[in-house]
Amino acid sequence: MVLNIFTYIFIVIGCFFNVLAAVGLHRFPDVYTRLHAGTKCTTFGSIFLIGAVIMQSIGIWVAEGGSSPQSVLTIHAIIALIAILLTNPTSAHAMSRAAHRSGVKPAKAVIDDLEKKKKE
Amino acid sequence: MPWLPIAIFLTVCIGIILIRVFLGPTHPDRLVGLDTINTLVIVSMVIMGAAFDEVIYIDVAIVYALLSFVTTLFIAKYLEKGKF
Repeated sequence: MVLNIFTYIFIVIGCFFNVLAAVGLHRFPDVYTRLHAGTKCTTFGSIFLIGAVIMQSIGIWVAEGGSSPQSVLTIHAIIALIAILLTNPTSAHAMSRAAHRSGVKPAKAVIDDLEKKKKE
Repeated sequence: MPWLPIAIFLTVCIGIILIRVFLGPTHPDRLVGLDTINTLVIVSMVIMGAAFDEVIYIDVAIVYALLSFVTTLFIAKYLEKGKF
């Protein structure tokens, strides 16, 4: 029962952060701030949503015991979570570098240190 | 657990982000929207796997995560130089 309550809390946190990502993509002014909303919030939200799936399947696995089919689901969900955690920040870094090199300027920015460094 | 309503909820989020992909003023904007959609699709696939007790959906989600990562890297490389 305690595991059930924690699963519900995780689901609420995960859904909240995924909605924040969707809203932030519309509210922020330029690419770099949108990247901030779009990648960080979805990574955090997916940790909690997949964590809820893992928790529920671990609960069923412990209740059934031994080699229940839930064991496969648990381990594969953990592998999917690790894949998201490894690939999402890396692709965010690649996208921001590509945006800066293709000439998109930050909105309302006064100082651009990276541009100054490239000219030197 | 109400897994199916959560999957529908995530699909609505994907629809909201899709508007940004169509509107986006510059090309990196569209790329950011696409990457966000990819992450949400992976999460909803895992949740559908839990909803229907099918492990194969989660396997598909793992492969989708790795392939979408490669796709994002390729498009970023293309935007950077203007050619492959």
